Amino acid sequence: WESFLPSQVLVQPVQLICLYAPAYHLILEGILILWIIRLLFSKTYKLQERSDLTPKEKEELIEEWQPEPLVPPVPKDHPALNYNVVSGPPTHIITVNGKECINFASFNFLGLLDNEKVKSAAQASLKKYGVGTCGPRGFYGTFDVHLELEERLAKFMRTEEAIIYSYGFATIASAIPAYSKRGDIVFVDEAACFAIQKGLQASRSNIKLFKHNDMADLERLLKEQETEDQKNPRKARVTRRFIVVEGLYMNTGDVCPLPELIKLKYKYKVRIFLEESLSFGVLGEHGRGITEHFGINIDDIDLISANMENSLASIGGFCCGRSFIIDHQRLSGQGYCFSASLPPLLAAAAIEALNIMEDNPDIFQTLRAKCERIHELLQGISGLKVVGESFSPALHLQLEESCGSRENDVKLLKRVVDYCMNSGIALTQARYLEKEEKCLPPPSIRVVVTVEQTEQELDKAASLLKEAAQSVLN
Amino acid sequence: SLIQQAGCLCVYLFFKNGISNGTLYKKTFIEHFEQAPMYVAVLTFLGFGVGTIFGYLRDFMRAWGLEKRNVATEREQQKDFVPLYQDFENFYTRNLYMRIRDNWNRPICSVPGPQFDLMERVTDDYNWTFRFTGRTIKNVINMGSYNYLGFAETDVNALKTVTIELQKYGTGICSTRQEMGTLDKHVELEKLVAKFLGVEDAMVFGMGFATNSMNIPALVGKGCLILSDELNHTSLVLGARLSGATIRIFKHNNMQSLEKLLRDAIIYGQPRSHRAWRKIIILVEGIYSMEGSIVRLPEIVSLKKKYKAYLYLDEAHSIGAVGATGRGVVEYFGMSPDDVDVLMGTFTKSFGAAGGYIAGKKDLVDFLRTHSHSAVYATSMCPPVAEQIIRAMKCLMGQDGTTQGKVRQLGKNTRYFRRRLHEMGFIIYGNDDSPVVPLLLYMPGKIGAFARRMLEKNIGVVVVGFPATPITESRARFCVSAAHTREMLDTVSTADVLLKLTSDAKEVGRSCVSVTLNLNNSFLHLFF
Repeated sequence: WESFLPSQVLVQPVQLICLYAPAYHLILEGILILWIIRLLFSKTYKLQERSDLTPKEKEELIEEWQPEPLVPPVPKDHPALNYNVVSGPPTHIITVNGKECINFASFNFLGLLDNEKVKSAAQASLKKYGVGTCGPRGFYGTFDVHLELEERLAKFMRTEEAIIYSYGFATIASAIPAYSKRGDIVFVDEAACFAIQKGLQASRSNIKLFKHNDMADLERLLKEQETEDQKNPRKARVTRRFIVVEGLYMNTGDVCPLPELIKLKYKYKVRIFLEESLSFGVLGEHGRGITEHFGINIDDIDLISANMENSLASIGGFCCGRSFIIDHQRLSGQGYCFSASLPPLLAAAAIEALNIMEDNPDIFQTLRAKCERIHELLQGISGLKVVGESFSPALHLQLEESCGSRENDVKLLKRVVDYCMNSGIALTQARYLEKEEKCLPPPSIRVVVTVEQTEQELDKAASLLKEAAQSVLN
Repeated sequence: SLIQQAGCLCVYLFFKNGISNGTLYKKTFIEHFEQAPMYVAVLTFLGFGVGTIFGYLRDFMRAWGLEKRNVATEREQQKDFVPLYQDFENFYTRNLYMRIRDNWNRPICSVPGPQFDLMERVTDDYNWTFRFTGRTIKNVINMGSYNYLGFAETDVNALKTVTIELQKYGTGICSTRQEMGTLDKHVELEKLVAKFLGVEDAMVFGMGFATNSMNIPALVGKGCLILSDELNHTSLVLGARLSGATIRIFKHNNMQSLEKLLRDAIIYGQPRSHRAWRKIIILVEGIYSMEGSIVRLPEIVSLKKKYKAYLYLDEAHSIGAVGATGRGVVEYFGMSPDDVDVLMGTFTKSFGAAGGYIAGKKDLVDFLRTHSHSAVYATSMCPPVAEQIIRAMKCLMGQDGTTQGKVRQLGKNTRYFRRRLHEMGFIIYGNDDSPVVPLLLYMPGKIGAFARRMLEKNIGVVVVGFPATPITESRARFCVSAAHTREMLDTVSTADVLLKLTSDAKEVGRSCVSVTLNLNNSFLHLFF
């Protein structure tokens, strides 16, 4: 027991070492021990050198610093500050800045904005529920009207489930980041609208732009991605891929080639998200959008997103698809979980609008005929070219030759628009945030066709535009 | 023991939020954030741990086909695509949230006033699917909707102007603000909002969430610094992220933390390049909806003036709800609206409508009219909703002849309710004047049990757990309304389920009962 005392255990071996080890060994060990002790007690050396400022210097720095003004000054003649004020409802005959005009600027494609049945459905809902919902969907903000609207939309689009958002912009901007995260890859068309761009930015994924409607370019990008995958198969197995396209592009008025996209989808195993804000209620025999237009099985599209602010003349948006996909948004769609739900009167109006769409499937034919007519009439205007498909109700009129700078183009187009407004046709220029857009479209005048416009009015609009172009541009 | 309690309170207040500069406040600022005893935290973790173990067990059983899979699955044709969801990401949803899912998304079928009607919903397979029995549960006391001033009503006289405007304008706009979407109603509303808040100009937007996420990127960009409170709402966080500016977080309502960040930012500049920051903006909320705390506005304003930063105040919950005449936290602290650079708020809570606004100097609002993402790309607010806000604001301003009763009534109800709960010894968070009353439950089993038992007693409450709150601080959140009567508040605070199920820092005996009950519930539910 005594031989196990600490002093014995420590002292004896040390004595043995000192006796048997060579001298240089002991000296080396001693120097090393002293070095370790010195390192332990010396000051730490930081890689990032922070200059040691005295408190006086710090106060001086704080005094000297001048921030930029909160907002830069805006010139008084900025076009957006002199906006059009509409008195009364923006219906077929619209009073802009005090003057009565025929409305060619609001996306009221099916003319449901002042439909009496829609208004009375909204009135009934107002009497029962009041105006606001006072809460998000999770906390007593789910009304039976919302559930009914979701069911009706799912049935109309022939999908399993639909989910409603309370704002059109927030729909696609919340849907994309719910599925696509950092490290995933999204192939998106160059002409995608701003809401899609914001959704992609919020998702922090890798964005690959392909040229507008150019399937060869998209295939090239997909092939490149395939070769990348072969280099790192483990990473490829967990990287999700998506293609985001619009049914009817807002910026260019043409449709995406959906059948080719479906082929690419199965060949390269990419999921498709389709944004149908303009094509819902416009394309297809019954207004079901571009899938009906091309005759494609709707289950082939993973997610369809649309807003109810164009054809349905309400507010809000919806996504529809299989339950496997849509149910996920109920917990991870930010615009759904953290925002108040859609006011019930707007949901009731949307339900009634859907009823009208289902009961009168011939309005889609009528709308298409009117679109074709105006498309034909607007051809041959000297100085302006028509951009958009013949069956698209939202066309653009761009300058055939630019004046040199975007500012001058905008001013010129404004004169054309003012000429038309003074003669009784309400038009507007397409507005963009010049610094924020990824691929800024050229300045243009937006021409919107609705079912309420008569043939005389279409003729009048076309001839006025011809006159305006003559007088302003020549 | 009262003195002991007060002492404890002061100590915890001191540690939680730093030393407060009392001289800037015109009245006493009392906030409670009592800590729970240690055994509560231990039992909470135990509860989550047991839940997780059972979750792994059930996943194992499902993977090996011993148990039916109730989740929707991928299409046959797309089975070889990269899986859309990682199994691990949804673990919490599948195994913990699914058990108590029936406490959220409860559908109602009446106006969300002080009482509402719930649609009865049952589940045959433990919350995987629901079915409606067709019956409604009538006159459930509503402690969950953000109806602070009671403007969610269906009274025909009150809604007369809204009905007229709905008939005149319809429900849609079909255009953006800068194109053909600015109606005379919007101009009228913006002037009224500016007058209500006492600022030069205001701009309204169609959605409250989108107001933040689309305007913060317009105000700040790369090279700017955002100092954001720890507990800011998702919309503020999203707006800050989309802007591309650098974000730094300071501890909730902690002025020392904020001052340190400000000093470091100005002295050391941008990371690595040490260039000066272009501008510094502080993002705070008026009332934080999960904590019930009110922002320390006088101190923040004095800091902002000293360090030349800008202040963005999100008054989603506080506009209309605090302040002598409902003008928000600026009036509550007796300050001038010029002290805050950007006043933002929503109309969903106190005004019973939808949408948001930003108000301030004319330069700011002109800039937003030209550069806000919402003005260029998103639809404007719909006219009947705008009319509802106009009539609510006129009522608050006393312009339609009715007296100022609502804000005073809300203040009375808030103080009464908080005092009652406090007297009974429950742990309540937040400021004495905030109508948001979070009551701490802590343990996961209690979340479901509390909400279900309260519904049996005809009271609808909101419960929140992880991830909306820290993992050990699950809570029930009551929203007091000016429309609640004293009887309703009494019913809620004396519901005996409250006495049995919530944790009580004072009496260990009561807590033991609650703990046992909680464990029983947890075990029962784990097997389903």
